[in-house]
Amino acid sequence: MFFGSLLNASPGAVSQGIIWGIMGIGVYITYRIMDIADLTVDGSFATGGAVCVMLIRSGASPWVAVLCAMAAGGLAGLFTSLLHTKCDIPAILSGILTQLALYSVNLRIMGGRANQPVSVDKYSLLVSQRYVRDLSLKNPLPLVIMLTVAVIMLLYWFFGTERGCSMRATGDNPNMARAQGINVKNNIVLALVFSNALVALSGGLLAQYQGAADVNMGRGAIVIGLAAVIIGEVFFRRVFNSFALKLLAVSIGAVIYYLVLQVTLQLGLNTNDLKLISALIVAVFLAVPYWKKLVTAKGGRHA
Amino acid sequence: MLELRGINKTFNAGTVNEKVAIKDLSLTLKDGDFVTVIGGNGAGKSTMLNLIAGVMPVDSGKIIANGRDITGLPDFKRASLLGRVFQDPMMGTSANMLIEENLALANRRGKRRGLRWGITEEERESFKKLLSTLNLGLEDRLSTKVGLLSGGQRQALTLLMAVLRKPDLLLLDEHTAALDPKTAAKVLEMTDRIVSQNSLTTLMVTHNMKDAIEHGNRLVMMDAGRIVVDISGEEKKNLTVPYLIDLFSKASSEANDAMLLSN
Repeated sequence: MFFGSLLNASPGAVSQGIIWGIMGIGVYITYRIMDIADLTVDGSFATGGAVCVMLIRSGASPWVAVLCAMAAGGLAGLFTSLLHTKCDIPAILSGILTQLALYSVNLRIMGGRANQPVSVDKYSLLVSQRYVRDLSLKNPLPLVIMLTVAVIMLLYWFFGTERGCSMRATGDNPNMARAQGINVKNNIVLALVFSNALVALSGGLLAQYQGAADVNMGRGAIVIGLAAVIIGEVFFRRVFNSFALKLLAVSIGAVIYYLVLQVTLQLGLNTNDLKLISALIVAVFLAVPYWKKLVTAKGGRHA
Repeated sequence: MLELRGINKTFNAGTVNEKVAIKDLSLTLKDGDFVTVIGGNGAGKSTMLNLIAGVMPVDSGKIIANGRDITGLPDFKRASLLGRVFQDPMMGTSANMLIEENLALANRRGKRRGLRWGITEEERESFKKLLSTLNLGLEDRLSTKVGLLSGGQRQALTLLMAVLRKPDLLLLDEHTAALDPKTAAKVLEMTDRIVSQNSLTTLMVTHNMKDAIEHGNRLVMMDAGRIVVDISGEEKKNLTVPYLIDLFSKASSEANDAMLLSN
């Protein structure tokens, strides 16, 4: 009975996980490569959804809408990065400021309403929850997988270029980067723009998938992004060594997150407690490396 | 090559923690000068190097390199002129990147970093050759993460990266201080070789008087943010440690235990 309903629900969880995975890859760029915790994403995720839905409702093609959503997300990232690099506000606070500002911006984009539907009956959408069990081209899975692969390939290429390498160096050791003539601030700007463009892409896809944009759809997005990154690392650290595979691990991490969520829901968990549980899971996973270190340090002393 | 004109730098100006780090300091380096810099803790040696590198701005004075005023230039723009090696071996390299990636980054110092691939096959070949001159076995480990290397190996790599694109000025900030004596000697010997092979203009800060005497063609001693001794040529060649200590105690306001103990 339980497994039956899980199986029944899992195509949805997988699709949603992959869509969130694109957001996780965006978080990976800031959190892992640049070593910045960027809280803009909670806002830019909803911005992506809002821009996408409003454009589709006004008759734009869903592809154009998604591209505009990415541009809007990139702008949000630009705003955060300028607060950080030009005004010397700590990155985490810069992100919080942008996130707060975006709440108002997103409401304006959505014409002053907190929720705007975009029904798959009235508009042509790239992905929709409705067809998640269909064995046809309408099924959202192939498209979100293709998009994820395209994003991973693009990033793999970019972070192998001269500019991409200089960004990795910036995140790893800004001192060394400056000594090698790298403009650290420009690289931070670029990374935040890229990251938030991906986050907004994810938001735009999720809004279509759910059939609505909501001003609160990005609340806690950073936690889901981090969960995807960390779960991916925990499960695939030893197997996935190349950069492309590490990004793939993030995507799979997001899918695992949604499957686990699904299971806990099947077990009769109150949906109101979801965020609490998400936060606890991420906190534990973040703490594990530190605890491990403590344990090995103790072991060393006894030896 | 490098000219410092009346440089002043005070930390925490106007507070109880005010500290005059550099006071009306002027220094001119000729092309090919290899200058060793000694002085007690807080004499301003590292601060001088950081001001030249643009890590922090000067309060007043001018820094001229190759006839060009670079006083207002941010550090990453000065990097095309400068090669730098730091005291902390962790500081000069990117631990999570490969040896070859670190070298490729250094090979693009002062160049525009575009969308070409970050490292070429020819570069790999030339890096291999270069690394083999270090005799550390690194030539077979191009695709090893730098974080797995020892402090000495990392410092040798940093040195190589600093001179990969021939800098107008090489800045060495106690770059052997964090290494064990044997490794330190090896890195110093390497420094000598690289500097003379490329006839690099060099500023080397050291705590060790013996090293300051044995290396370079000119020695300056700093105290309280000023240059108090400046010796070159024959006089430098004939220097001894006791004589240097004597000079120091005459020149400086107070005898400095740290300097005596460092020998």
